Amino acid sequence: MSTTPQNAYPAALPTAPRPGVHPNVLRGKPACSTATLPLRPIAEVVVPKVALDAISLSYKTTSGERLLALDNISLQVKPGEFLCIVGPSGCGKSTLLHLIAGLQPQTSGKVLVDGTPVSGPGTDRILIFQELGLFPWLTVGGNVEFGMKMKNIGKAEREEKAQYYLRLVHLSKFRDSYIHQLSGGMRQRVALARALATEPDVLLMDEPFAALDAQTRDLLHDELERLRAETGRTIIFVTHNVREAVRLGDRVALLTFRPGRVKQEFSVSLPRPRQMEQTDVARTARDILDCLRDEINKSLEEEYADEKAR
Amino acid sequence: MKKLAKQLIFYSALIGVWALLAKLRIWPPYLFPPPWGVGHALWDGFADHSFWIGIAVTMKRMLIGYSLSVVLGMILGLAVSSSKFLEETLGGLLVSLQSLPSICWIPLAVLWFGLTEKAILFVVLMGSLLSITIAMEDGRKQMPKIYGMAGRNLGASGFRLFWSVLLPASLPFIVNGMKQGWAFAWRSLIQAEMIFLSLGLGQLLMMGRDLSDMSQVMAVMILIVILGYLVDGLIFRTMERRLQEKYGLTPA
Repeated sequence: MSTTPQNAYPAALPTAPRPGVHPNVLRGKPACSTATLPLRPIAEVVVPKVALDAISLSYKTTSGERLLALDNISLQVKPGEFLCIVGPSGCGKSTLLHLIAGLQPQTSGKVLVDGTPVSGPGTDRILIFQELGLFPWLTVGGNVEFGMKMKNIGKAEREEKAQYYLRLVHLSKFRDSYIHQLSGGMRQRVALARALATEPDVLLMDEPFAALDAQTRDLLHDELERLRAETGRTIIFVTHNVREAVRLGDRVALLTFRPGRVKQEFSVSLPRPRQMEQTDVARTARDILDCLRDEINKSLEEEYADEKAR
Repeated sequence: MKKLAKQLIFYSALIGVWALLAKLRIWPPYLFPPPWGVGHALWDGFADHSFWIGIAVTMKRMLIGYSLSVVLGMILGLAVSSSKFLEETLGGLLVSLQSLPSICWIPLAVLWFGLTEKAILFVVLMGSLLSITIAMEDGRKQMPKIYGMAGRNLGASGFRLFWSVLLPASLPFIVNGMKQGWAFAWRSLIQAEMIFLSLGLGQLLMMGRDLSDMSQVMAVMILIVILGYLVDGLIFRTMERRLQEKYGLTPA
């Protein structure tokens, strides 16, 4: 996976790992059992495609108190890497993607892409929203062409590329359909094609398959894996489904419940292609889940406490 | 077709009851005209062209006044929705002004513009401008935030973000506002015409009153209802339904 074309970088960029970032894959509390995990140290050092440098985010609640949502998050994603971020609901994992996409500013810390700090949205990082945000007033083709149109790419080229990406997600027949005419899985694929058509370096995906039935989801997992092999994109994928994370990711980062911190990172070296039902996928997922369970309990406790207080 | 049959039966029954009541002569015909009297008045009105002229004059005023208020209302609505200051100051004033029936503007309109077309247009404008402004403002607020974010994420910003994303995203709300605006403008115009007595359907109605010709009054009332329904019920509602379906706002 380190042989993607995006590994070619200008010599001026720093090649040493950032200080304060562990080169080791295991971080956080050693309390979780790690013995059975198929771990491997990250041997080669590459300039990260995306680097989160001590990201914190806090905001004022309606009652006026400041709430820390993300606390000192540092993460590095190598070019072409597939990083999955898991965590209990409310840990700020979606927010983290919004920060990387530049749709929302962080309180402190830096988001670096190819070593350059991010200061706003950019088409080098495309986010696929959980709710997709496909434009209902445009056809499937119009949606896929939208990003290119904003880049002032000519009509002929736009159509050609849209056709290419629609074929890639097996939707070329639906080019002139409107979004409301498509099924959930098809909409998901339109969102994927729309994101890919702007040719981003980094694809950010926010629980994209959470609302789908198991069969459609499995199918889309296969397609995503194939697309990634064909396009060599760096992918940061947020999910609450640990098994999905193990099924897809090269690496899984576990976030804690409020405030979100990186509790631990797991490198998944299981051979591809993987399946959700595979025993080694299930076993790895269970080990991560053991680690996650404390956090889920914390989030549930807080919810119950809220209910009691009411 | 089933719906059409039901409607046919309903309206036949309604006219039947009306005819029966008229036939029983509970009230004298000059107070309660029979359906055939109203039918006759309709026929005469179209035959001597007075109804055609009335419709043409009314529709022309409507088109001018309404178009003006749509354009102004959209600009005003956009301004109010994009500035916190304007929203908190002008926004409140607009909402409170909307409780004012537009007919209240007639004394001022006559004073400012005299008994002219301008005065009528002014009343129509005041009748529909506010509801369009408020609907436009609401539309901008109710529009799902996700579209704006998706647009920015895909590289849209500034005017292009507004034109290619925010405007189409709020279209269902805009159409709803335009529909409301039309209804208000229509009522205002007929009211204004009844007082101004310068051609138009409103004047025809008042002429019927002055001649104690209740058949003509009812004939014009029926015309007003039919015209209003044609625009509001057919054009706007169809447009609204199609948009809602397309935008996934109703289970299609």
